[in-house]
Amino acid sequence: MDTIELKNTLPSVFVTRNDVQSDIWHQTVTLERGQIYLVEAASGTGKSSLCSYLIGYRQDYEGIICFDGKNIRSLTVKDWVEVRKRSISCLFQELRLFPGLTAYENVAIKNSLTGCKRKKKIKAWFEALGIADKIHTPVGRMSFGQQQRVALIRALVQPFDFLLLDEPVSHLDDRNAALLGELLTEEVRVREAGMVVTSVGKHIRLNYDKTFRL
Amino acid sequence: MTLVWKLLRQHISLPQLVGFFFANLFGMLIVLLGFQLYHDILPVFTQGDTFLKKDFLIVSKRIGTVGTFSGRASTFTSAEVDDIRKQRFCKDVGAFTASRYTVSAGMGIEGIASFRTEMFFESVPAQFVDTDSERWHFTPESGVVPIILPRNYLAIYNFGFARTRSLPQLSESVIGMVDLDIVMRGAGREGRVKGKVIGFSNRLNTILVPDDFMAWSNAEYAPGADTAPTRLIVEVDNPADDAVVRYFQHKGYELEDDKLAAGRHTYFLKVLAGIVMSVGLFISLLSFYILTLSIYLLVQKNTSKLENLLLIGYSPARVSLPYQLLAVGMNAVVLLLSLLLLVCVREFYMERIWMLFPQMEEASLWPSCLLGGLLFAGVSAFNVLAVRRKVQSVWHRKE
Repeated sequence: MDTIELKNTLPSVFVTRNDVQSDIWHQTVTLERGQIYLVEAASGTGKSSLCSYLIGYRQDYEGIICFDGKNIRSLTVKDWVEVRKRSISCLFQELRLFPGLTAYENVAIKNSLTGCKRKKKIKAWFEALGIADKIHTPVGRMSFGQQQRVALIRALVQPFDFLLLDEPVSHLDDRNAALLGELLTEEVRVREAGMVVTSVGKHIRLNYDKTFRL
Repeated sequence: MTLVWKLLRQHISLPQLVGFFFANLFGMLIVLLGFQLYHDILPVFTQGDTFLKKDFLIVSKRIGTVGTFSGRASTFTSAEVDDIRKQRFCKDVGAFTASRYTVSAGMGIEGIASFRTEMFFESVPAQFVDTDSERWHFTPESGVVPIILPRNYLAIYNFGFARTRSLPQLSESVIGMVDLDIVMRGAGREGRVKGKVIGFSNRLNTILVPDDFMAWSNAEYAPGADTAPTRLIVEVDNPADDAVVRYFQHKGYELEDDKLAAGRHTYFLKVLAGIVMSVGLFISLLSFYILTLSIYLLVQKNTSKLENLLLIGYSPARVSLPYQLLAVGMNAVVLLLSLLLLVCVREFYMERIWMLFPQMEEASLWPSCLLGGLLFAGVSAFNVLAVRRKVQSVWHRKE
């Protein structure tokens, strides 16, 4: 997948508003592979909605969203499974981890789908992000900041053309946020993927190609 | 798969599954047992003669005191035969023709005549005898008469005669190898033929020979004798039909009614088996309902996990698989267990049936296995679909 296009897209709940001031909603926007985007937004402006539309979780929008020129409303369940498995990886704001499984199992359950990364590499990431000692701890017993890092590793253990990060550093200190930024930049560069980062204020320092105000 | 299973097995309710397991087991067992019992007991009533067509009745006139002296009253006139032929239930009528000369038969073992007895023959038209025409056939040149004996004659010989005279007891197959020496006398002549017993009948109390032999021998040894029949053989559509009984009662004829009774017994057996199987099916349906509810509840409790799995790239089919395997696996165990129990229970009752009907042939277990297999397939297919639909509704966020 090389492009994601939004044409006059607007969350259904905003349809009755008289005025929508946004760089994304009700605009024609093309997100390209290989570029890094920052979407800045105040809460309640539909940033999580944007991620939900792109991952096929919700369809409550007006207008058109296309992947490589193909309207995503025409995608079948099978198509979406492939998109989620191979084209778009998402770090959800609410993380969507499985509290009963250990940190490693949470990553492995995703990795087993495509066998994308080796165990060694995954462990290296745990170490790089400073949670190596928590690798066999059930996620339910970890802090939100730690969980955020596990969810990020999980987002990386699959092939992708676009990486969506919904407030990835909301609960991280600056040092950890910087570590995360380095890791992400490297991964995205190696994979030549696009990256969309949303933020309500605090955001990772990265070389953004473009910043949108939602 | 193991991680997904580890995740999804949470909230599985053991009591619910145990409830389903036993309900399904009993339901399945009752269905199979009803079915198998029906097939096992049916031959007791319907065990036919391999030599005679299935649905026939033997009709005679009642022998009253007056008839004993007048002599002719117990024979059927051709008008009476035609009247029976005209009845709706009647498919075919044939007359028993009796031998009108004296017959004696001797049985020799290794050339030594062991006993000789006066006897008689009867014949029915060839179309009532269900054996190939090659064997059921007589020509004066061959001099060999095929004979069908009542089975109880053999029993009388084996258990009454042979034991008291220290003679060997004979099996049906041995009898088939023995030649009977038959002597016929009448009209000043005497003739000898060989008799060959080709089979035994439970239902005909007569010594049956082919029609063509009877015609030849009556013409030879009792020319011009009266051959009006005293017994008729009537082929009917359904021996359990009330109209049959009403007609013959009205006419004052007697029926050898074992076939009628068998018809009714079979009918009752069918009704009984039907009721038992319905109860079994009902229990199966209930158990099935429990499982379906249980699965729905499970999916409901695990909705967020299922949703997360779907969002990280698991397909609905893959997410459904653990629950589907669970349901199908349980159904398979239930099927195997109920078949095993069926075999045990069957051993138990077959022993008793065999004590009563030693000659009965054993019915096969395969139809029950097939029925069990079909039930298993049906229930499993439904479970698989139910799980899939439920997971799909999670995908479409209807849960």
